[in-house]
Amino acid sequence: MYKSMKDIKSAMERKNIPFWQAVCEEDCKETGISPEESFAKMAAMYKAMQDSDAEYDETLRSESGLVGTEGALLRRAREQGKLISGDFIGTVMEKALRIAESNACMKRIVAAPTAGSCGVVPAVLNSLKEARNLSDEEMTKALFVAAGVGGVIASRASLAGAEGGCQAEIGAASAMAAAAMVFLLGGDADMIDNAAAIAMKGLLGLVCDPVAGLVEVPCVKRNVLGAVNAVTSADMVMAGVTSRIPADEVFDAMRTVGRCMHEDLRETGKGGLAATPTGMKIASRFE
Amino acid sequence: MNIFDIVGPVMVGPSSSHTAGAVKIGRVARKLLGEEVSEAEILFYGSFLATGKGHGTDKAIVAGLMGYASDDRRIPESLTEARKRGMQISYGKLELADAHPNTVKLILKGVTGRTLEILASSVGGGRIAVNEIDGMPATFGAELPTLVIHNEDKPGLVAHVTALLQDYSINIATMQLYRSGRGDQAVMVIECDQSVAPPVTEAVKTLPGVNGVVYYEG
Repeated sequence: MYKSMKDIKSAMERKNIPFWQAVCEEDCKETGISPEESFAKMAAMYKAMQDSDAEYDETLRSESGLVGTEGALLRRAREQGKLISGDFIGTVMEKALRIAESNACMKRIVAAPTAGSCGVVPAVLNSLKEARNLSDEEMTKALFVAAGVGGVIASRASLAGAEGGCQAEIGAASAMAAAAMVFLLGGDADMIDNAAAIAMKGLLGLVCDPVAGLVEVPCVKRNVLGAVNAVTSADMVMAGVTSRIPADEVFDAMRTVGRCMHEDLRETGKGGLAATPTGMKIASRFE
Repeated sequence: MNIFDIVGPVMVGPSSSHTAGAVKIGRVARKLLGEEVSEAEILFYGSFLATGKGHGTDKAIVAGLMGYASDDRRIPESLTEARKRGMQISYGKLELADAHPNTVKLILKGVTGRTLEILASSVGGGRIAVNEIDGMPATFGAELPTLVIHNEDKPGLVAHVTALLQDYSINIATMQLYRSGRGDQAVMVIECDQSVAPPVTEAVKTLPGVNGVVYYEG
C-alpha cells in the first residue's frame, strides 16, 4: 500500500495511469494476484456493499435494543418530501443509517475501513450511482480510489478507534468516500487529495466513546455524519474550493491528535457519551 | 495488510474484533480439533467478557465451531442451530494475569472423543492470534498453512522436520520453538507458504520424538 498521496500521484505520472489503477497495480505487486483478479475481488466488494443496503430489515433491533428501525423513519420522511436537506442528501443519510443499523443487528456488511463505519462509503457511492446512473465498473474503480486513500491513512495514522478515536474510523471512511465521489464526478488526483483532506479536517478530534462499549451509540448515527461530510467535501472541491493543508499532512495531524487523546476516549467505553448518566445507566444493564 | 483489509472484509456485524475475529477463532479451533464439536466450554476474558454479549461474540464463537465463515448470514441463529445439533455449550470467565483484552479459551470435545484446548485473541480487523494449544505456547495468526508439532526437546528433530518439508518443496514462512524445560516437552510452530499434504503430516508424526501433530490448512 502507498505511504502517501504524493506517492500515488507520482506513480500515476510515471506510468501515465489513473488513480484507481495506480492503487490496483501496487496491490497486485504486493499480493501477487493479477489485475483482473483484483478487479473482480473489488467488484465483489461493491456488490456486497449494495447487498448490505438492500438487505436492511426495518423491523430489526440490535441485541441491546438500542438501535434499529430508524432507517424506516428517514425513508418515510424522505418519501413524503419532508426532509429540508433535500432528496440527494436525504438518500445518503437514509442509506448510511440503514447499513450502520444492519451492522449492529448482525447483518452482513463490508468493513470500510471498519465495521463500525461500514455505512459511510456505500451510502455515498450508492446514492451517486442512483442519481447519476453510473456503471458497476465505475463504482469498482471508485472503491479502488477509496481503498488507496484508506491505505495511506492506515500507514500514516491508524484505522482503529482504539488507537486514534472515531476520527480514525468515521473520519477515515469519510475521507475515503469524499475521494471516491470526486473521482466519480471527474476530479483529478489533486482534487481527490483536496476532498480527502477537507473531509478529514472536518472530523479531526472526533472521539470514540461507545455507550456500554457497543458499536451502536453514537456509532450508528456518526455514519450519517461521515457520509454527509463526504458529500459536502466533494461538492466543495468540485466547485473549485481547495484545502490549505494537503491530505498527507492532515492524516499526520490525525495521528498526533489520536496520540493526544485520553485513553477514556479511545474505544474503552469510559469517557465521552459512555460516561454520561444515561450512558452509564444503559451500561449497567449489561453487567 | 492489503487494500482488501481497507475495503473489506465482507462480514456479519457488528464488530470486526468481537464478531468476525471471534468466528475465526471458533473456526480455527474446529479445524484444529479435526472433527465435529460435541462439547464446548467457552471462557471469556477482558473486553470479550465485558461487551461480548452485545457484540454477539458468543454466537460468533459457536458459529465458528460449526465451521461457518465470518460472512455467513446464519451467524445470528448459530446458538439455535448448535442446540439442534446437540452441541453442549457452557460459558465462563477466564482468569488470566495479563493477556490481550479480546481473549478466549475454548475447551473442546469432538464427536469421537478427541479433545483440544486453545487460547486465542482477536487482535483487530478480524485478524486473530492463537496463543496456546493444549496448555503449550503456540503463536500463529492462522493466515497460512500451519503445522503445530509437539515433540521431545532433543537434538536434530528440527532438522528432520525441515528436511521433510524440503523434500516436498514446502517453503517455511516462519518458525517458532518453545519448550517447557531443557530436554522436556517442546513445540514447533511452522507457518508454510504451501499447503502441507496428509502424507507429509503423517511422515512428521512417525519421526522419533514427535508426540503429536496438529495441522491448520488455512
